[in-house]
Amino acid sequence: MIIAVASGKGGTGKTTVAVNLARVCGTDVHLLDCDVEEPNAHLFLKGELCGDQETVSIPVPEVDEALCDGCGECSRFCEYKALAVLAKRVLVFPEMCHGCGGCMRVCPKGAILEVPRRIGVVETRRAGEITLVQGRLDVGVAMSPPLIRAVKAHIPKEGDAILDAPPGTSCPVIATLRETDTVVLVTEPTPFGLNDLKLAVAMVREMKVPFGVVVNRAGSGDDRVQAYCREEWIPVFGEIPDDRRIAEAYSRGELIVDALPEYRERFRALWETVSGGKLTDKDRYGQTQT
Amino acid sequence: MSGKNPHEIVIISGKGGTGKTSVAASFAVLAAGRAVIADCDVDAADLHLVLAPKMSKSTDFKSGHEAVIRRETCMGCGMCVEVCRFGAVKLLSGNQYRVDPVACEGCGVCVRFCTVGAIAFPERLCGKWRVSETRCGPMVHACLGVAAENSGKLVSIVRREARQIAEVKGVPLIITDGPPGIGCPVIASMTGASQVLVVTEPTVSGEHDLERVLTLARHFDIPTSVCVNKWDINPEMTERIEKKAEAAGAQGVGRIRYDRAVTAAQIQAKAVVEIDAPSAEDIRSVWEKLGFQTRNQKQGEDE
Repeated sequence: MIIAVASGKGGTGKTTVAVNLARVCGTDVHLLDCDVEEPNAHLFLKGELCGDQETVSIPVPEVDEALCDGCGECSRFCEYKALAVLAKRVLVFPEMCHGCGGCMRVCPKGAILEVPRRIGVVETRRAGEITLVQGRLDVGVAMSPPLIRAVKAHIPKEGDAILDAPPGTSCPVIATLRETDTVVLVTEPTPFGLNDLKLAVAMVREMKVPFGVVVNRAGSGDDRVQAYCREEWIPVFGEIPDDRRIAEAYSRGELIVDALPEYRERFRALWETVSGGKLTDKDRYGQTQT
Repeated sequence: MSGKNPHEIVIISGKGGTGKTSVAASFAVLAAGRAVIADCDVDAADLHLVLAPKMSKSTDFKSGHEAVIRRETCMGCGMCVEVCRFGAVKLLSGNQYRVDPVACEGCGVCVRFCTVGAIAFPERLCGKWRVSETRCGPMVHACLGVAAENSGKLVSIVRREARQIAEVKGVPLIITDGPPGIGCPVIASMTGASQVLVVTEPTVSGEHDLERVLTLARHFDIPTSVCVNKWDINPEMTERIEKKAEAAGAQGVGRIRYDRAVTAAQIQAKAVVEIDAPSAEDIRSVWEKLGFQTRNQKQGEDE
């Protein structure tokens, strides 16, 4: 089963939920940190690096000037303005390139080859029963979805995988949530939390992935998030109370379930709910009922 | 026609949820009508919840294209699947193909190489952006479409509009609320800005993400300041972060204490500096350390 932990708003506790669930789920589990711009799960799980670091690249064009006659077909074709022709010479802007391969295909002279451009790395760590796979985008690189896809290539064929998604609702999040079984949307009971939860709900509904909500820092704000979930028939998978000791443990890089054992049961129950044990089909699809 | 080259301060964080928007809203209030506000967190915009803009103009954001297979023309040869690098073409049943609009990156390769010209390539509506009036002055904000792409481009539009308004109205300052992370929309928020403020928190994640975001700021060669929000959650970590920031060439501009009033302000749709809260003093002090002046606040008590 593939479970993704996401949220519209940043800093609501995605990583907290992901790492603590991984710790209590009691089986061999893969945790994939898809927040490749700012990967944090390793700060909490530590663990031993295993195997080599995998370098991830995307193919970008390189022009063979001996063959190119400067016709400009490639730059006219490119939707991302990654190629420009000036005085019959092709200039390539690799940072704009999505790696679609179109320029190479349309070049009438066969003058374009593809060369790899590094965008980041994927590392695997082992922490107890948890295999942590983490992508890290190189600083200055804008495009994270190809790296996220490289992280997701490590999802095991069998067994459970938990994906820690980046915040927001745009391309990196979509790349993470595609082809997952359940999405856990972590939010907080504040106006910002609610607003961004609604955006995230619209996104997962559009993607047609079953989902539910975890309310973090419950009790710190108002009850509009819970009311919204009730009204929209969105299952609330669980709540994590507003507890300054949790914030402090987090600040030191400790897992809640280790630092505050009284929360073990709560995360264990959350895992049971999320992984499907206690859900009806209606819950799992979070559909609006009339 | 005055106000050439307004000063633009961009507030970012690396890690999400450190308090960027609460700080930006307070700055907007402290600027007291002498700033244009730009909300560049187009993915999950929240600033409008505090500043309560009156929408005056909304514009569609169209960007790029998307491939759509015309079923009546398609012969089902499967060429599109072969050429698509993004796995966006799905075989439905028999020989019927469909492009998953969420996965399509709009490169146009399938459109060009379809043997029977069966793939349309309409422009894609990716969101909306707006120019509004708030109690703190003009504000430009946007909303990315559900599951849409090109947030970086939308960020660039928001900033361009904010700059234009500042120039036309002769407003000397632009306050930009940036997105989390270090990728495309963050890069689009920072390029060409005058000053960056990183709002971080004293946690292992905050520390880790700060390093990456400072590297990015150095990459663009923009003067950068750092403030630590909720500093008293972990005082040792706060000190460590401040030292690291300084070593990386960023200026420390103070600390904001952990204060439940920040959420209380949000619930009242007010900026923190508009209510009576201990953390409001801290935010005012950050504003002053950044080199801006505080005018007399109606409700603010003077030290």
